[in-house]
Amino acid sequence: MKHLIRNGVATLVALGLLSGCGERPPIDTQQLGYRGTGMEQNINPRIMKTVMAANQPGPIQPAADGSGPLASEVYQNVQVLKDLSVGEFTRVMLSMVDWVAPADQKNCTYCHNAENYADESMYQYQVARRMLTMTRDINSNWQAHVGQTGVTCHTCHRGQPVPPYVWFVDPGSGRENAFVGTRAEQNSAVTGLGITTIGHSSLPYDPYSPYLLGNLPIRVNGPTALPTGNRSSIKQAEWTYALMVHMSDSLGVNCTYCHNSRAFAEWDGESRPQRTTAWHGIRMARGLNNEYMVPLTGVFPETRLGPTGDVAKVNCQTCHQGVNKPYGGVSMAKDYPELQREKVLPLGPVEAAVDAMAPTADAAAEVSEATSPMASSTTAVGAATG
Amino acid sequence: MAMLNFERKYRVRGGTLVGGDLFDFWVGPFYVGFFGVVSALAAVLGTLLLVYGAAIGPTWNLWQISIAPPDLKYGLGLAPIAEGGLWQLVTICALVAFTSWALREVEICRKLGMGFHVPVAFGSAILAYATLQVVRPMLLGAWGHAFPYGIYSHLDWVSNVAYQYLHFHYNPAHMIAVTFFFTTVLALALHGSLVLSALNPPEGEIVKGSEHENTFFRDNIGYSIGTLGIHRFGLLLAVNAGVWSAICIVVSGPFWTRSWTDWWAWWLNMPIWN
Repeated sequence: MKHLIRNGVATLVALGLLSGCGERPPIDTQQLGYRGTGMEQNINPRIMKTVMAANQPGPIQPAADGSGPLASEVYQNVQVLKDLSVGEFTRVMLSMVDWVAPADQKNCTYCHNAENYADESMYQYQVARRMLTMTRDINSNWQAHVGQTGVTCHTCHRGQPVPPYVWFVDPGSGRENAFVGTRAEQNSAVTGLGITTIGHSSLPYDPYSPYLLGNLPIRVNGPTALPTGNRSSIKQAEWTYALMVHMSDSLGVNCTYCHNSRAFAEWDGESRPQRTTAWHGIRMARGLNNEYMVPLTGVFPETRLGPTGDVAKVNCQTCHQGVNKPYGGVSMAKDYPELQREKVLPLGPVEAAVDAMAPTADAAAEVSEATSPMASSTTAVGAATG
Repeated sequence: MAMLNFERKYRVRGGTLVGGDLFDFWVGPFYVGFFGVVSALAAVLGTLLLVYGAAIGPTWNLWQISIAPPDLKYGLGLAPIAEGGLWQLVTICALVAFTSWALREVEICRKLGMGFHVPVAFGSAILAYATLQVVRPMLLGAWGHAFPYGIYSHLDWVSNVAYQYLHFHYNPAHMIAVTFFFTTVLALALHGSLVLSALNPPEGEIVKGSEHENTFFRDNIGYSIGTLGIHRFGLLLAVNAGVWSAICIVVSGPFWTRSWTDWWAWWLNMPIWN
């Protein structure tokens, strides 16, 4: 019996150590599937409080009169917001100062030449113009992902000139091809960018390049229980898992938020509607990177580029920042009809280059056809964070 | 029924905890006792409730029958029979049956004048079950966190609960529990094969004793724990498997809500790397 007692003591000590992780009951839980399926979110209200404190909506300028003369008729070189009145136009400009200009330069001259506001020489000016087009594009053409909630500059920027969560191609730590062969981006605690790996796991640390910039297949599951010709490798599956863990990290949710793990690949009756929203989200991130960010590479100064000379790009974390719906579902965009209207394509040199690439026309077409998931996902996400 | 020659030794009167001589009898080779009766009644009632649940459920397919716990909205209260109430009754029956069986083992231990190692060991399995179905749901605030009673459905539950923490294999207590489970099986395999070999010699050879057994393992792996020691070691391994199972599930949720991979950030954050 003595060793049983010793075991008991050791067990209690171990339990104490484990519970010393900093979490404790009560935990908020949310049922996501039929009872007993184990599809649940576990939300620590203490952690959620911190997360939500860091996800407050930005300042909103008072609504503007839309009836005045058009900004494009009054100001020179207005190419994107041509349909706005002077009042609305000014409101957007002031909001961008709030949302994007750095803390030590909260004024117009972060982007504009104070001598001539129509001057295009500052790179910030060119980038901002392109980003306005992008914002309108998202709000009008990517509603399969952003719903009626929409986005503003603040959704990503959060008061900073460079959004706090962007990604660059990781050059690796230089030890990828070691004695035992290629590590395939795995088992490196620290990557070339000096950051820790995906979700502290041993998964490949850059799932963004293949999936959110490139167009490699994500769904590597075989459609049948027994092998019937699926040639996907474990390595490919681990890349897919890395993307999934990134999404989980970015949204602060676990796998069962979208999937029933008994059949990851199944859509009908197994996956939740949120998976459809996420499917569109992957295509949206890929589309934005290819259509808007990559073409801006030459516009940015070198200091804004990554170690391999690539432009900053978006992933799920860029907007979500740890919450299943940015700001917990609060819509800033609904107060900004200026950022909602139909896309008006500018005709600058940057845009001409974009048109030549046009890699995501198909993705955009797919999205415009999709309809169903939005209503349900909006409701469920609101409940999750309410 | 004829008795085996060693049965006389343990078919002794007394040692009961409840009921005095009333249930102190045998049915064939089986001791009954008060707790044997209670255990059998609870097991039969629980099984019949499961059959009833199958009858009011969508399928008679043995693999797919599932008696699921209530929705989370019922919290720690009672649920309607068809919406998890049945699960609650079955869980009570199971706990009564398991606990009574352990107490029946205690009575047998008392009859034989031996220690309570067997009921204690079985207790670790009961602990794991009670932790899964009662303790953890209470800590999380709803019976709906427990697993359903069904062959496929409880496996689906295990899978999804694991994915709630993204990668359950990173759960340190789960690592320890799995290690104990596998080591239990390894030890049993080594021990069982040794005993069978010693007791079943080739034609013309005598049955081997503990000296042969010890010598085999001293030759083989450099150490033999001995005939008594292997049973203590087996008990240690098996009890720990159950206890660490209970720990690994009770910390998941009440004491850790995130990915289990994130728990290991303490390793990456250790100052010695910098």
